[in-house]
Amino acid sequence: MSTSPALRYQVINIYKELLEMGKSYPLGYDYFRPRLHKAFMSQAHLKDEEKIKEGIKRAEYVKKEIEALYYLKKYRSMKQRYSSNQ
Amino acid sequence: MSTKLRILVPVKRVIDYAVKPRVKSDKSGVETNGVKHSMNPFDELSIEEATRMREKKLPVEEIVAISAGPAKCADTLRTAMAMGADRSIHVDVAEDKPLEPLTVAKLLKSVAEKEKSNLIFLGKQAIDDDSGQTGQMLAALLGWPQATQAAKVELNGEEVTVTREVDGGTETIKAKLPMIITTDLRLNEPRYASLPNIMKAKKKKLEKKSLKDYGLEEAFRLKTIQVTEPPQRQGGGKVEDVDGMIAKFKELGVL
Repeated sequence: MSTSPALRYQVINIYKELLEMGKSYPLGYDYFRPRLHKAFMSQAHLKDEEKIKEGIKRAEYVKKEIEALYYLKKYRSMKQRYSSNQ
Repeated sequence: MSTKLRILVPVKRVIDYAVKPRVKSDKSGVETNGVKHSMNPFDELSIEEATRMREKKLPVEEIVAISAGPAKCADTLRTAMAMGADRSIHVDVAEDKPLEPLTVAKLLKSVAEKEKSNLIFLGKQAIDDDSGQTGQMLAALLGWPQATQAAKVELNGEEVTVTREVDGGTETIKAKLPMIITTDLRLNEPRYASLPNIMKAKKKKLEKKSLKDYGLEEAFRLKTIQVTEPPQRQGGGKVEDVDGMIAKFKELGVL
């Protein structure tokens, strides 16, 4: 392990955040967790700091996407249930 | 010089919107045991609007969230604080005896008086009982102006301009603080209560209270006689060919 501890901390943090978000994933936590784990493990060999930073950016992006997914899913079902006209 | 806003946001813990509710076998109500709960989606809009007012640099002094219900309501209040509320009040109420809208309105009235609130954001209705009464009752009890089903809220000094969702369009009304606003779907896009924010919210104050602290008792005016599931949808059938279709039509008396 030669990577900087700061980056390592960041990676673990975003992993935890994503894991927490996965608890409300539509297909279930059991679907989400192994896939998230796989996605992170597949990048575990990265040693180059720039590459790791890129990976973190990608994780941030995925986080935003999941947030948007949750919001839209909720908004749409609310709209379907509570807007009677049309 | 504009007045400082002291915002009160009541939130309700309801069965999660994505869960299909099951009626108890004795038809006395909906099964809540072991079912995922979360904050009423309309209440998320309320918290979000209050938080956005602060982010717009409006003179928001304090945002207080309140919930009445079983111990697990504390989680809902944590979410509210993760989304932007400063502190919260949890009024303990037994899980099997949820309050009726009128009692909630009475409770909120005395909370609002105690906290010196001058703006109250409520969800227009809760997705569990769909009563949609609390905001209106509260406005009547306090004698404050109300704007229900808000799609847009603008504050200018003491004056609040609210665009409301009405049948076939919108209505714009203006009133002075103090005021009650109930939120509708188009008002804003509630933020996601992320893990770091939930952790930070754990440091915020959560007061435990009981109905008695506000000089109230549980009073029940309504009695649930029966709860039943909606009728099952009759599935469509496939026909083999045109003759089959005509035969089916004749059977149904369309032809």
